[in-house]
Amino acid sequence: MTIQFNKETFRDDYSFRNSDWAIKRFPFPFHEDSYMYSVNMEQHRGGPEGSVYEKRFDVDEHYVSEMQDRALVLADDPLRCQSLPHMTLAGWDTLELIMVSKSEDYPDLFELHRDGDRWRWINKPMGIDHTFTFMDETTLPCGPLEYITRQAQGDFAVLDQRNDMLYMDAGMVTTQADWSLDFDIGMDFFEWHAPVPLAHEMGIFKRALKFLLNIQQGAPARRLNWTMTVNPLLDTSPENYHKWGVQKTTLTPENIGAKQHLRVELQTFYRLPRSNALLFPIRCYLIAFQDIVSIPKWGRRLHRVVRDLPEELADYKGFIDNRPMMLDYLSQFDDGLPTSPGVWPDLDTEPPLTK
Amino acid sequence: MSAAPQKAKAGAEKIDVTVSAVVKLNPLVTRFEFTRTDGKDFPPFSAGAHTVVEMNDDGRTRLNPYSLMSDPADTSTYAISVRRDDEGRGGSLFMHENVKVGDRMTLSYPVNLFPLDLRARKHVFLAGGIGITPFMAMIAHLERISAPWELHYACRSKDLGSYVDELTGKYPSKAHVYFDDQDQKIALEDLLDGQPLGTHVYVCGPKGMINWVHATAAAHGWPDENVHSEEFLAPQPGKPFEVRLCKSDITIQVGEDESLLEAIERCGVDAPFLCRGGACGQCETDVVEADGTFDHRDHWLDDDEHASGQKIMPCVSRFVGKTLVLDR
Repeated sequence: MTIQFNKETFRDDYSFRNSDWAIKRFPFPFHEDSYMYSVNMEQHRGGPEGSVYEKRFDVDEHYVSEMQDRALVLADDPLRCQSLPHMTLAGWDTLELIMVSKSEDYPDLFELHRDGDRWRWINKPMGIDHTFTFMDETTLPCGPLEYITRQAQGDFAVLDQRNDMLYMDAGMVTTQADWSLDFDIGMDFFEWHAPVPLAHEMGIFKRALKFLLNIQQGAPARRLNWTMTVNPLLDTSPENYHKWGVQKTTLTPENIGAKQHLRVELQTFYRLPRSNALLFPIRCYLIAFQDIVSIPKWGRRLHRVVRDLPEELADYKGFIDNRPMMLDYLSQFDDGLPTSPGVWPDLDTEPPLTK
Repeated sequence: MSAAPQKAKAGAEKIDVTVSAVVKLNPLVTRFEFTRTDGKDFPPFSAGAHTVVEMNDDGRTRLNPYSLMSDPADTSTYAISVRRDDEGRGGSLFMHENVKVGDRMTLSYPVNLFPLDLRARKHVFLAGGIGITPFMAMIAHLERISAPWELHYACRSKDLGSYVDELTGKYPSKAHVYFDDQDQKIALEDLLDGQPLGTHVYVCGPKGMINWVHATAAAHGWPDENVHSEEFLAPQPGKPFEVRLCKSDITIQVGEDESLLEAIERCGVDAPFLCRGGACGQCETDVVEADGTFDHRDHWLDDDEHASGQKIMPCVSRFVGKTLVLDR
């Protein structure tokens, strides 16, 4: 299909909107009526047609606007993209993986023509037609990681693997759920996860690390994570907390359906072939509460998940103060009927709201 | 979560290949080169990676890991060098005696358990015998990015020194060769002494050499994380034994010449693996019940885990005793 790219903003007037198409394909993260951590990994080898799981790097109607927002963030704060000196090869790996994947998965939008090390890259939505020499940084306007991730939705953490450990040694991070690449750069896997509650005690990170160290070339994996964001803000960074944190106090019973967003990360994991580093793309999808509840199953389930979530998690995810107001709103869309298992909207089989 | 849960497969992804060259280097070592049967390019790989070669030996599947030794930048070909082991279980003999140009084989995607530390200011390689192979790929990579390295390569004799002429011809000031039969020895202590801060040492060779390098480096104050080694173990034969696989609800017999992992696979049970040499950890299996003695031979579990009797690495380890029940 040809994608109609939205003209929209993720700041100031917040004109971001999801079309009906985007709502139905939203990666709803709850496969049952409750939530607890799990490593919840599966292979990333496609998924149902049209779903966000189908392609290696999903491109949707928000692509062009998200890339404009990233450029604004970088203009204010260049440290959102960093690469330690030994990570340049991993940057080329990332560039190669994204260019090859996008040109194969979206041939009407992206083209890659390779003649030995002479590569021509055409990005039609962004109006880019660039010929460069693979592995020669002087032929790009910036480093390879920055170059390609200015053209790819979602954040990218590039993890060096040494001594049975992963290190946050490069990345492009402008659409993050309140963490900072500049703070985490160089940290190991346990250090950068230190603030997460409960999961350490549950042994989640030890198991997750073991899994990630064993991710193999040609066999990428994926999982979902989620949090809550008031207003469709991509850049909820610690650096800018003074700008967006206060917006959490602007929720009212009247505006909550439009302002409160569920924020879902589709996290994928790729072993990079030339550097043996691990690429960790974190793709952010936002959806307003009023759009979620337009899917009856999701409305019922979201109410139950938010209601029953342990305090520590509601606190860590930053919505404990607003939880009562959220529940007042969401309870209108929960009639107590059972929900079908799995994440899909099941619009044809789930009953409409009966209250 | 989520979309369409997909079961993980045992082993890495596979590539169908055709043998494009068989080059006998000396009486012990032969190089095999492969192209992709579908005519496409191979995936790039990182220097130090290995591939698992699948051999169809008259109906019996043999799976042996070998370091990729070709230039990682050349995606038209993969190459391995195989030392024939007349005392071994037959994989290397099969390669030497049966594999010809034009044969179809299956390789796994590259898996790297012996990567370069790309932060290193300098890379020092210590090779013993066939342990030279991963360094061939590493040297090609470092030459391309103009990073400093040196090689110290011990082999039995001039006749058995695979790639000695190629290495000393191309890199006369960086490649140093030592012949056992001429009583030449790597002066390891002097060598370690003279290195700039930030140097990383890599050793690949027989177990004794690996232990010697680790111990000497430690004694000279080198941090552990600057000393890297890789040793693939071949599963050793042992007395046959019986195992109960409780998840699969079957009891299987492990023969004298097969590994526990191979016996599990032979009985149709999918078990995860990557290196098949006791190093990667992928096949780690929980022991449900045991009455007997474990013969742990892996590098993965630590001493406490070995002593606990609660885990086993079926790719190389065995068991002697009355009862063994595994969670598989």
